[in-house]
Amino acid sequence: MIENLDLGMVNWARGQFALTAMYHWIFVPLTLGISWIIAFYHTIYVRTGNEEWKRLTKFWMKLFGINFAIGVATGIILEFEFGTNWSNYSWMVGDIFGAPLAIEGIFAFFLEATFFAVMFFGWNRVSKGFHLFSTWMVAVGSNLSAVWILVANAWMQHPVGQAFNPDTARFEMQNFTEIIFSPYAINKFVHATSSSMLIAALFVLSISSWYLLRGRHLIMAKRSIVVAAIFGLLASVFTIFNGDESAYEIAQVQPMKLAAFEGLYDGRQNAGLVALGVINRDKKVYDTQEPFIGFNLHIPGLLSLMANRSFNSFVPGMKDLVYGNAEHNILGSAQKMDRGKKAVVSLEAYKKAKKAGDQAAADTHLATFNEYKEFLGYGYLQKPEEAVPPVALSFNAFHIMVILGMLFPLIFVGYLYFSLKGTLVEKKWLLGLGTITYLLGIIATQAGWVVAEVGRQPWAIQGLLPVSVARTNLTTGTVQATFFMFLILFTLLLIAEISIMAKQISIGPEEN
Amino acid sequence: MATGTPDQAGLLTRIYRFYRDGFRQMTLGRTLWKIIFIKLFIMFAVLKFFFFPDFLATKFSTDTQRADYVIEQLTQPAQGYTKPVQGE
Repeated sequence: MIENLDLGMVNWARGQFALTAMYHWIFVPLTLGISWIIAFYHTIYVRTGNEEWKRLTKFWMKLFGINFAIGVATGIILEFEFGTNWSNYSWMVGDIFGAPLAIEGIFAFFLEATFFAVMFFGWNRVSKGFHLFSTWMVAVGSNLSAVWILVANAWMQHPVGQAFNPDTARFEMQNFTEIIFSPYAINKFVHATSSSMLIAALFVLSISSWYLLRGRHLIMAKRSIVVAAIFGLLASVFTIFNGDESAYEIAQVQPMKLAAFEGLYDGRQNAGLVALGVINRDKKVYDTQEPFIGFNLHIPGLLSLMANRSFNSFVPGMKDLVYGNAEHNILGSAQKMDRGKKAVVSLEAYKKAKKAGDQAAADTHLATFNEYKEFLGYGYLQKPEEAVPPVALSFNAFHIMVILGMLFPLIFVGYLYFSLKGTLVEKKWLLGLGTITYLLGIIATQAGWVVAEVGRQPWAIQGLLPVSVARTNLTTGTVQATFFMFLILFTLLLIAEISIMAKQISIGPEEN
Repeated sequence: MATGTPDQAGLLTRIYRFYRDGFRQMTLGRTLWKIIFIKLFIMFAVLKFFFFPDFLATKFSTDTQRADYVIEQLTQPAQGYTKPVQGE
């Protein structure tokens, strides 16, 4: 029962979900992105017939295979957690998520059983054309299979195309196309896949740079770098643009998240984007402390431009969103809580009337519920300030992601410039930086996950279901035990990945 | 059908041989498959079976009971429970 809610359980369950998802997200971007790069390498081989490109393609394909094998099915653990730790949520969204996740499972199975096998086993055993087609299909299929989970995640952030059924306690799908073609879902898919291409390009850059520094496999490394740098430059620029589009979408449907990203407590016109600044971790939405410690630098109007496509537009701050702002017609969390509590109370009254067989009363309560149901989740908040996500974590994750995201295109340009000049091997400083770029890419993409998921707290489903109600009533000890089991399992798998990968990188392409 | 036409049989045989020879020629792939199977065993036979039961599926036998339970959870907001407010 909720009155017996163990908050420690909720936090451990959140921690466990974060651990699982972030671990899973180490492997996914590389799988999605490098499949495209391999397809390009393979295409060049088929078009030129040059055996060096074949060796190169097989080498990167092998690393792809290692990453895929270690990472595959790690996401299934998330589904285990839904049923055990988040049973209320799991029940309520079953109608929305069932179809997309089933499609993903079937699609991935058939793809992996056919084209993966042809890609790995097909050298000299099927025609070159069919083999190349299979490699491209692996890239297309892998990325398409990511559509559904991203659609599901986007729906949690912007729950469109649904209606809550008070008899079944489920959100039921009303419009499938509205869900899959939601601008939020499209942005999420585009941003996730383009950033994955960027991550994969950094992976190729890192390993190839290491070879150049060691004076090994020079031809393969140089060729790999040229293709990966072009690919990575295009992907990184595209990621910046669609990241901007994501920010616009967030401003429209999750303004609290945007305000937390930027540490914006007081809304303003011509709002600036923070270029430099240390967030004050002790600041609360209701006090008068400064949001930043010491010097901070804002780029005037840029946040307004990102949020509303206008330099002079008003961007609401966390205080506006918590306490309301009549001048700008913003409803505060406090007002939403009143409406949400009416939804909760009328839902309970509806169920009681139905059980008592009083249809007239049930109809009346249902009408009240329908009037306020869009605020249902706010009915479970105890204080308006609960609607604020962890600000410091959101702010820091967002700025780490953005700073690194801006750095990557410069690195790719540097690699291309010196590659074209033929002096890349002499630029030890760049190659040294290049060897750690994949690590930086992982940090950026993990920060991106934190931005998306921590920034939307306290909601499991935006505005409709807080995480404190989405959970199962379990003891903290139960979740703690499985948290540490996962930690051990994931650590072992990561050690396996790194050691197998390192060994194959050390061997290089000759042994293929 | 128990047997196909000669062309169909040839195609199926070729597909079978393709997979069989592919698996036989694996080197690193054998290690990776072992890791995949060990991982799946731990996930499904240990974690899922012993530690991750589907709460509603095991506790209730019908969807009506599950729906009633969730509704009950939704309509009994926390009594005296206060979530830590941001920054506290």
